[in-house]
Amino acid sequence: MSTNPLYTPPPGRDESPLHIPLDINSRYIRLNRVRRQAVNRAVTVLAILSTVLVIVPLVAIFVYLLYMGASSLNLAFFTKIPAPVGAEGGGMANAIVGSGVVLAIASVLGIPVGIAAGVYLAEFGRGKMLAAAVRFTADVLNGVPSIVMGISAYSLIVTVQHHFSAFSGGVALAIMMVPTITRTTEEMLATVPHAIREAALGLGVPKWRTVLSVSLKTASPGIITGCMLAFARVAGETAPLLFTAFGNQFWSFKLNEPIAALPLQIYVYAISPYDEWHRLAWAGSLVLIVMIMVAVTLVRIYAARGMMKGAS
Amino acid sequence: MGVGISVEHLNAWYGQTHTLQDINVELPANHATALIGPSGCGKSTFVRCLNRMHETNPIARAEGVVKMGDMDIYKDAEPVQIRRRIGMVFQRPNPFPTMSIYDNVCSGLKLNGFRNRKVLDETVERSLKAAALWEEVKDDLKKKSGASLSGGQQQRMCIARALAVDPEVLLMDEPASALDPVSTSKIEDLIFQLKSQYTIVIVTHNMQQAARVAENTGFFLNGKMVEFDSTHKIFTNPKDKRTEDYITGRFG
Repeated sequence: MSTNPLYTPPPGRDESPLHIPLDINSRYIRLNRVRRQAVNRAVTVLAILSTVLVIVPLVAIFVYLLYMGASSLNLAFFTKIPAPVGAEGGGMANAIVGSGVVLAIASVLGIPVGIAAGVYLAEFGRGKMLAAAVRFTADVLNGVPSIVMGISAYSLIVTVQHHFSAFSGGVALAIMMVPTITRTTEEMLATVPHAIREAALGLGVPKWRTVLSVSLKTASPGIITGCMLAFARVAGETAPLLFTAFGNQFWSFKLNEPIAALPLQIYVYAISPYDEWHRLAWAGSLVLIVMIMVAVTLVRIYAARGMMKGAS
Repeated sequence: MGVGISVEHLNAWYGQTHTLQDINVELPANHATALIGPSGCGKSTFVRCLNRMHETNPIARAEGVVKMGDMDIYKDAEPVQIRRRIGMVFQRPNPFPTMSIYDNVCSGLKLNGFRNRKVLDETVERSLKAAALWEEVKDDLKKKSGASLSGGQQQRMCIARALAVDPEVLLMDEPASALDPVSTSKIEDLIFQLKSQYTIVIVTHNMQQAARVAENTGFFLNGKMVEFDSTHKIFTNPKDKRTEDYITGRFG
């Protein structure tokens, strides 16, 4: 056995009986090292490949949208309502605003309900039958096709009111947001260490306050991400809006009237036989994606600002 | 000023496990009392029963009389009120990760709706000084997160946080077991100073620590308090054979 260059015996002792010096160049250890490094390299390459595989479609879609849609973007697109077929100009201003209105309704309804349900599951419902039922329902709801959400909102609101409305579209999207938000909120709250809750309770802070100011606050970056995911997902939904918000070729700001929405407008234009409308559909898709990205990024930046430095 | 605690026939359970069996003891005011014993003997459960933290676990329950001064904390008070008068320091430092040092220290006040800026400032300074941390953190009270401090500093911050709500009793559940020797000795010095104003109950695995900081020591074994006496007596001339075996290192 050759001497180990990394090992120096303690003073006054030639060889420690407890420490058998390792020969790091022995055949076994060398082979093991080569194998370990090979596996390490292979897994690293796989991880990078997977990342690329995930990013490539995203970038490809975005670049293609830019290529197809950017040329049709002009001021009129953002300021004018749709023009009749054959007429020049026209835009999707009403659809952009309409999407904003419907999404605002969906967020106002869906986010509080989703977070509240998640708080119940994580903080109050541990081991209770009702919690298990809520969790199961949320998971099932997550898998329900979006058109079914549209039909539900249609039968619950539209058939009762006898007219399509921005509100019913918002409700349909809100129902879609709730399960995602509930489950992420629950999971994020579960990652908050129990010790932190005990710290608050030990100071004589009531449970509701602890949940609000300690658990939720600590978990807030994850919960915000969950809300943004849910928001981004429903922002591009067309199916739930088909027979709720219905679409509108004109300006409308009333919540109980049909309202235009970008995905709807894109849908109508994309299946039309006119080239001019096809180009507008591409432009609309580009605007939709950029709007979602901007919204998500803004919330991320805003949420990051409130965090303390050095917090783990 | 501290206030004494007297415990009569205290029993506690976790589910079906009878973790504390008929504990009777007087914890004198303005003294430090050490609780020693092997792991799982019920020391922690005992201190958690004193401020009703035990019952925050849904499967746990406790019965018996725990009197703080004249008040029976299980009959005459709400758990939330009790915990403001009986502060607690946990085994591992548990700062609020989203809060600055300042907010951590005054969290007990702030989370209970107290907002007076001037009083908060004073309380933070007084508590951090009492916890011997003021000099180390006074320059970045609001800049740094409580979680960015070292383990020993975090634990002293947690002690400051407990002191900030002005309790009469301070329960410490192995407050130095996760710390290095230097931080440990700082915490021990601190306990020594705090005794004049608070009644202190400290759970420890370290018998030298018990001998250094506490006037009285209780020995727990298998959910029972085997012996309670002055620290000197427990360590030099214990009455019970089991106590002697434990402190001489024959088991545990």
